[in-house]
Amino acid sequence: MAAIELRGLTKVYPGGVKALDSLDLVIPDGEFFALLGPSGCGKTTLLRTLAGLETATGGSVVIGERDVTGVQPGGRDVAMVFQDYALFPHMNVTDNIAYPLRIKKVGKTERQEKAAEVGARLGLDQLMDRRPGQLSGGQQQRVALARVMATQAQAFLFDEPLSNLDARLRLEARTFLKKLQRELGVTTVFVTHDQAEALAMADRMAIMEAGHIRQIGTPAEVFQRPANTFVAAFIGSTPMNLLDAVVHGDTLEVAGCKVPVPASAEGLLTEGERLVYGVRPEYNTYSAEPAEGSLGGRVSIVENLGASHLVTLEVNDVAVQAVVPEGDEPAVGDEGFAVPRRDRALVYRDGELVSA
Amino acid sequence: MTRFVAGRIGFYTLIAVLLAFFTIPLLWLATAPFTSDPTYEVRMPDFTFENFQMIIDHPYALWSLVNSLVLAVGTAVLVVVLSALAAYALSRVRLPGRDALLYALLLLSSIITGTAAMVPLFQLAIELGLIDSQTGLILILSGGLLPAAIFMIKDFMDSTPKSYEESARVFGASPLQIVRHVVVPLVRPGLATIAVWTVANVWGNFLMPFLLLSDVEKQPAAVIMYTLYTEGGQANLKVLSTFGLLYSVPVVLMYLFVSKKYGFRFHGGIKR
Repeated sequence: MAAIELRGLTKVYPGGVKALDSLDLVIPDGEFFALLGPSGCGKTTLLRTLAGLETATGGSVVIGERDVTGVQPGGRDVAMVFQDYALFPHMNVTDNIAYPLRIKKVGKTERQEKAAEVGARLGLDQLMDRRPGQLSGGQQQRVALARVMATQAQAFLFDEPLSNLDARLRLEARTFLKKLQRELGVTTVFVTHDQAEALAMADRMAIMEAGHIRQIGTPAEVFQRPANTFVAAFIGSTPMNLLDAVVHGDTLEVAGCKVPVPASAEGLLTEGERLVYGVRPEYNTYSAEPAEGSLGGRVSIVENLGASHLVTLEVNDVAVQAVVPEGDEPAVGDEGFAVPRRDRALVYRDGELVSA
Repeated sequence: MTRFVAGRIGFYTLIAVLLAFFTIPLLWLATAPFTSDPTYEVRMPDFTFENFQMIIDHPYALWSLVNSLVLAVGTAVLVVVLSALAAYALSRVRLPGRDALLYALLLLSSIITGTAAMVPLFQLAIELGLIDSQTGLILILSGGLLPAAIFMIKDFMDSTPKSYEESARVFGASPLQIVRHVVVPLVRPGLATIAVWTVANVWGNFLMPFLLLSDVEKQPAAVIMYTLYTEGGQANLKVLSTFGLLYSVPVVLMYLFVSKKYGFRFHGGIKR
């Protein structure tokens, strides 16, 4: 068990591509931490630099108060689960799980006992003699997890742990992983490009873009108060409404309508200033009747989300989305009004959140 | 209809002629050793073992088969070990001009064949004191086969996912442990191919041992075969056919064994 600390970590690939640009990050002991971002943002590079598979160009990596920046992967006391699980196809499940112990020169009987113990804990006891090729995706993932558990490393690193599973299994594995991490209490960093996965599993997360960390926070923080428009657009299964706005006294003019200044930005705006007004579709209340401080227009699209509907309104040629519970959904062409929740709406100045 | 039948008859006749072309020499090889007075005809043998007795009595014949085995196995071991290590390095380490180097090696080794390199190799062997030595011959044969072997085995190495090795590295495995535990088992079919190919190559090689080994006791079967003449300078069909049969048996056995073990379905060893 150990905390992980990055100080000014920089990685420049030969050819001048800056994959990581002076990152600072502290992950406390026992935390389940997500690195989230679009492809090419540097999240996998960061994980591989933590593991020692990439060498840092600058800055340092500290794991459990030990500076491991120049240490080989094997000496860092971390264990990694790869995206394709990297189970050795020529070894059976027992030998795969016991492999880290074999490297540590643990005796054969002892390591087989240990493998059986860890395997049984993950429900693999019937499969110990099989080869990876004879296992389903979910079973392979559990073998990979059992293998890192057998190492008793100080920290676990997971590279896209769920991306190789099919959609239904992914939800199951998500719950399973979260439960397992909680039980083991080992500091775990995982990489994902799926914001829903990060929100669901992580205790905290870092959202990355082009080698920079754009926000660090709990899932609730990044969902409710994205620090910038990049995070606002990236997080959430329905993208946030980001609308151009102009300040008029204590109201904002958005798409030709007047909405009150959000609670978070009260007293921080200047008259006539041009800003971006952000509100999640989930925080818009839909009304068929005109309402005070609402965005009114014609319904152009209604998308079914299951228990709710995503309604797109054309407000003076600007698209505004709202989530409407089932049963209340309007028909296309109806007149409708989206009433933003004043305590959840946000204002961005030059792409950064305006708040006290 | 008639045209179709005629066409079929023509087709099968052609096939039969082609098959006969390959079958008759093999039939001769199978029957002549058991015939007391073999000619170039294929005849029903009279099942005598006299010819085999002559081979057993021959001072060098049986030893030459052992020599062939020593040369073939020695070269195969050397080629497999060295080509595996070299191919692994070439497959994993980024070197500027790596592919150019590989293609140049392959090209040179296939252009400069044994015959062209005969004189310089002979001089080199003399300078190094490797003349008339089986070890020297093994080194020279390995040198000739290595470029192609490296090229072939590198393909197998390239097709194994890097994540296996990275995974082992994070668990603390050293590069040699990674090669032993992970890479070699994964490319085993490739290594088997190289081994078989090397053995077959050395087994049939006449020129190099003929050139570099003067001591008749060290010479392999391919060279001894060349000496099996009667006093009159005629090919001695009795010993020649019998020795030919004995000479071909080990190679056939090896193919059968490898084919049974790997089925010649060389698919890289990775099941996904």
